[in-house]
Amino acid sequence: MSQDSARVEQAALESDKEGNPVLALMRTSVGRNAGLVVALLLIVVVGVITAGEQFASVDNGLTILRAASVIGVVSIGMTFVIIGGGIDLSVGAIAALASVWSTTVATQTMAEDTHWLVIVGVAMAVALACGLINGLLVAYGPVAPFIATLAMLASARGLAEIIANRRTQIVRVDGFNDFLRGDFLGISVLIWIFALVSVVGWVVLNRTTFGRRTVAVGGNPEAARLAGINVKRHTVMLYVLVGFCCGIAALMITARTTTGSSTHGVLWELDAIGAVVIGGTLLTGGRGTVVGTVFGVLIFQTLFSVFVQNNLSSSAQQVARGAIIVLAVLLQQRLAGSTRTSNTSTRASAPGPTAPPTSVA
Amino acid sequence: MSARPPLRRRFLAGAAATVVTCLALTACTSNDPEDSDDDSNDTTAVSANDDAGDTVTIGFSGPAADHGWLAAINSSAQEAADRYEDIDLQFAEGTNDVNAQIAVVEGFINDGVDAIVLLPSDGAALTEVAIQAMDAGIPVINVDREFSSPFAARTTVLGDNYGMGVSAGTYACGLIEENDISDPVIAEIAGIDALPLTQDRSQGFADALESCGEEVDQRQAAEFTVESGEEVAASLLQAEDKIDIIWNHDDDQGVGVKAAFENAGRDEFFFIGGAGSCNAMDWIEDGSMEATVIYPPTQAADGIKLARLIAQDKGMSDLVQVEVPKRVVLNAPVVSADNVDEYRDLCFES
Repeated sequence: MSQDSARVEQAALESDKEGNPVLALMRTSVGRNAGLVVALLLIVVVGVITAGEQFASVDNGLTILRAASVIGVVSIGMTFVIIGGGIDLSVGAIAALASVWSTTVATQTMAEDTHWLVIVGVAMAVALACGLINGLLVAYGPVAPFIATLAMLASARGLAEIIANRRTQIVRVDGFNDFLRGDFLGISVLIWIFALVSVVGWVVLNRTTFGRRTVAVGGNPEAARLAGINVKRHTVMLYVLVGFCCGIAALMITARTTTGSSTHGVLWELDAIGAVVIGGTLLTGGRGTVVGTVFGVLIFQTLFSVFVQNNLSSSAQQVARGAIIVLAVLLQQRLAGSTRTSNTSTRASAPGPTAPPTSVA
Repeated sequence: MSARPPLRRRFLAGAAATVVTCLALTACTSNDPEDSDDDSNDTTAVSANDDAGDTVTIGFSGPAADHGWLAAINSSAQEAADRYEDIDLQFAEGTNDVNAQIAVVEGFINDGVDAIVLLPSDGAALTEVAIQAMDAGIPVINVDREFSSPFAARTTVLGDNYGMGVSAGTYACGLIEENDISDPVIAEIAGIDALPLTQDRSQGFADALESCGEEVDQRQAAEFTVESGEEVAASLLQAEDKIDIIWNHDDDQGVGVKAAFENAGRDEFFFIGGAGSCNAMDWIEDGSMEATVIYPPTQAADGIKLARLIAQDKGMSDLVQVEVPKRVVLNAPVVSADNVDEYRDLCFES
């Protein structure tokens, strides 16, 4: 558990003595995730009631997971960069560029002559390089993350269009398709990749120095610097990490569609940010959870499935998606707000914190 | 519309029941008369094909209806399904995210629908999942944007994109000859370049122009949206001081293209459109557009009707063949001031 959320939990437990125990539980990270589980279950229940067996089938569950996997991997990366106080708008464009670059005739010929892992190597190299450029610009420019990654969004997609000549490139390397489109223990490899990335992401965030530093840098970069953390280098690493996730996602979407295209990944940045935010990660940085993000992704994808199963238009779904994001953020603010009040009430002698909760930590 | 004489109504109804699509080889010009008929009760069956059969579940999915032509694709598909009480339409409306559309098709496979009508946001990207559906025994009817494998669809319905380019190019050649233009400057505003259909249109246009010794001098690609049309046309006008002929692939983006012409105060050229929106018909009538090439927005409706026939093991009653054809290519006629009245009823709002 991160220091910050541990502190919030501590505060929550202190206020428990006088406050409502349910509210207190909601303030802990376990409680927040429990709220997400309840939300997901509610959507599932609605799905089962309205669409019955078709919705509740194992096949439908796997369909939801397969679709969620691609955007899920991107969202895990996005979680880190947002906790670290940044944002990456270029995730979809990086994935598009990586998918195109790794499926050019030249790359595919090389892959056929040697090994299909060449495609993986090219996609990862391209995505990592894009991440590195983002990171260097943000850390040493310094360019605001919003602008640096916006620039990457435009130029990476443009470069993808140039390389692909705006055509869709079909993957003909059998080994690649066979592996990534295959199953392991009856479950799609894509889902396994998402699971693996999520677990590794959780461990890195909660059990490593890198994770603790990420929280520290996002919460208060100046304090982190004074504490001896090389904030700039860490920021670069965060964007490289997002690039890494984008590379994996690019390979996943390439396998799922058996194509590389400059039109892949359009608006992924918004899907990912949406999932991260409803998962309980603060957009201001300094606090967030990988588990919450996974639930955020699943909630959106399950919602999509419920709408499709019920023959409802995607326009209505967009409205619902917007409403859910707003509700989630409002709920978070209320929880964060009441934590602050309880802080003041339990430690009446301490100077009352006036800044938002992130700077309290 | 309701003022039409009863005889013509009956003819249209009869035609609706039998001829929906025209093979490219036949010189048939009636596209889909259904659209012009608001009253659904007057469809008199002239073949057993329209009689209610086993109820079939048809899954339909298309790209996001972000321009008029695609909106018309959706609404005409829905109308075609509403017309038959034996169709249970699973309508998964639009998404431009291939990942989401794949999930939709996988959902159809899980649900075990009887047929799938698919207008893929990217033909190549949806090919594998369509093959999965076919392997699961579900016939897939591919509309408009073609898959990259012949195994992915039972039947393909598409407009004649190459033919559209040829029609526009041939018409342009005619204009050059009629008006005796020497060394004409010809411009082309294409749609989304990543789509094979755009490449086909441009190829047809280039080939037809070549036959009269001309070539495209300026070519830019927009994205079928009004906004992109305006942007691209504005820069095109900047690039060329004088243009003789402009072919714009798509009348939806044409609204933006037209706006750019007006903003720049330019009208020295012959403006040829594509698709056949109601706006284009209006412009042709008031003389601000020379012609447009039809690209029928009713192909998904055709797909639904064919899906029903395939799922019910029926053939097309106008063909001797027992089975529905593998490929149906719709004709791409040119609409100009001479024949705009005939095509008015087929236009779509954008």
